[in-house]
Amino acid sequence: MDAFGSLLDGFATALTPTHLLYAFIGVLLGTAVGVLPGIGPAMALALLLPLTYGLDVTAAIIMFAGLYYGSMYGGSTTSILLNTPGETGSIVTAIEGNRMARKGRAAQALATAAIGSFVAGTIGTLLVVLLAPAIVEIAVQIGAPDYFAIMVLAFIAVTFVLGSSRIRGLASLGIGLTIGLIGIDRTSGQQRLTFDIPQLADGIDIVVIAVGLFAVGEALWVAAHLRRRSLEVIPVGAARMGREDWRRSWKPWFRGTAIGFPFGAIPSGGAEIPTFLSYVTEKRLSKHREEFGQGAIEGVAGPEATNNASAAGGFVPLLTLGLPVTATAAILLVAFQRYDIQPGPLLLEDEPEVVWALLASLFIGNTMLLVLNLPLAPLWAQVLRIPRPYLYAGILFFASLGAYAVNASTFDLILLLCLGGLGFVMRRYGLPVLPAIIAVILGPAAEEKLRQALQISDGALSGLITPFSIVVYAILTVVLLWPLIRRFVLPRREVPVLSEAVHAVEAVHEHHGLEVLDRPEERPADRT
Amino acid sequence: MSSGTGTTPTRRWEGRSELGVALGLAVVAVVVIVDTLGLEERVGVRGPIGPRTVPFVVAGLLLVVAVLIARDVLRGGRGEPEGGEDVDLTGGSDWVTIGLLAAAFLANALLIERVGWPVSGAVLFWGAAFALGSRHHVRNVVIAFALSVGSWYLFVLGLGVSVPVGILDGIL
Repeated sequence: MDAFGSLLDGFATALTPTHLLYAFIGVLLGTAVGVLPGIGPAMALALLLPLTYGLDVTAAIIMFAGLYYGSMYGGSTTSILLNTPGETGSIVTAIEGNRMARKGRAAQALATAAIGSFVAGTIGTLLVVLLAPAIVEIAVQIGAPDYFAIMVLAFIAVTFVLGSSRIRGLASLGIGLTIGLIGIDRTSGQQRLTFDIPQLADGIDIVVIAVGLFAVGEALWVAAHLRRRSLEVIPVGAARMGREDWRRSWKPWFRGTAIGFPFGAIPSGGAEIPTFLSYVTEKRLSKHREEFGQGAIEGVAGPEATNNASAAGGFVPLLTLGLPVTATAAILLVAFQRYDIQPGPLLLEDEPEVVWALLASLFIGNTMLLVLNLPLAPLWAQVLRIPRPYLYAGILFFASLGAYAVNASTFDLILLLCLGGLGFVMRRYGLPVLPAIIAVILGPAAEEKLRQALQISDGALSGLITPFSIVVYAILTVVLLWPLIRRFVLPRREVPVLSEAVHAVEAVHEHHGLEVLDRPEERPADRT
Repeated sequence: MSSGTGTTPTRRWEGRSELGVALGLAVVAVVVIVDTLGLEERVGVRGPIGPRTVPFVVAGLLLVVAVLIARDVLRGGRGEPEGGEDVDLTGGSDWVTIGLLAAAFLANALLIERVGWPVSGAVLFWGAAFALGSRHHVRNVVIAFALSVGSWYLFVLGLGVSVPVGILDGIL
């Protein structure tokens, strides 16, 4: 097959000693930074982005592949070994994995997470290899109006599908779109929202925005609410599993992969829904239902595989349409754009070497991760003990260095602090950061496509209507009207597993957010 | 937690502070509209949509959201503060820490081109660690300089990215 031939070429590129070294550094650093509490995968990638500045494009992308999976895996280690959950994608791991760890089965929890991630990542990447060329064939035929429709769908999906409040997601979207407007309008050459500040004419560098909102915003937010009592880290030896653990884990790995990949490939707001879906599925199918909530290995194996499969699935829209659907994918897109590579349908034709080397590196990185993480678990447990003042001082330190290095500009540092302040306010009042980042990245492109489409049709709105875009807008309408549909059309006939998953998500939000006053159903203002 | 005792002073204050989000969004919307009105609609434009359309739509979105959030807050809705491994949401925000962190951050921004990253970065790290409650002054100074000098070497020699060396020129 053609895809496999190209993939072999990719392996030939990626398996040179230098490139292997970069992949190794990427996996190691990604895991180390991802393990640090308070640093999620997106923030880890944003902070480590500067490390690739001096590299040529292939080496940089290969290193990034390692960072991507490494930071993801690091996050789940944190959830298992610390007795409090971090970001949304690993909430489930925190529930079951941490219970397992407290019962003295930390090594087994880490092992099933590592092997499950490997299985899911490998199958997921394989699916990307198989699917991407086929989707590109369709994607090259779609025009400006179709792109515009897809981007609007991405905006609405990341804004509306998740989070406890839709209007706050929408506010975040608006903030991102506004930031995206700053700079010279590409079509007319006029300056918008630059207030005659010359440094703003080219817009705000996306690295500064990402580092500001994710890293500085998070550091300020945590600093203002720092737990003074240090958390208990559960000690662990090398990760390993017994025969019984294997027997109970392998099916959840494959089921998790099947659930996670499709959710990753569509704009559904990240890994939260599929991981819960996997958790609930495993609970229903398990012969050990009573263990769930007390540390059932299936409840770690399934969701962890789901998490990684959805991360792999995210490469499909990213590589074929240039569409990031998660925060981590958004940072990857930024990494591409720094080398003037525009992911999209033409990417496979224009830069086949980079794409196939990237895909090959995902396989290699995944394997390295497995080999590295089983024996290194005790080391990662030590990393978790880093004194918090040093951790958050370090985040600010590296955020400043990385943002300054982009343009060697003091002005960027001031901007970074302002954006950090914005990130702080957003976290305080429950505005999700993801819609803002997606809007900053896709907003200008969406405007360009909209104007192109209407230019072709000479201003008639019918220029936005194509058979393809009608389908997209139909999906959009369903997403927008979902609460109504759920209430009136499907009164008691919801898919039981899905509704149970949604219920679990809400319960966790209620449990961890101290300010949730009511269930969303009882807040009419949220439903508008 | 969910009983909604909206009478304690802190809760009432928190509710009002969230109205600031709505106000802020509205202010941004007005700024966008004023700025957009200053654009020439037809200068160098190809196609029927000029540079003003999208900003107006975005400003409209912001205004609508501002109204909806204000309505939600007045009806008792609250944004859900973000949790995390190191986050303890039981108390209020610690503004002293935030102020000191911002000061350390600004010190670096103002100093980096005058004295160079090896010094300004160390000031940033030391200041931030101090703000976050670390009182091992000597150890912190050592760590701060090790990090700033180490990262300078990494960027300049390892990655080939220029970072100002400042007053330590010739020593490093």
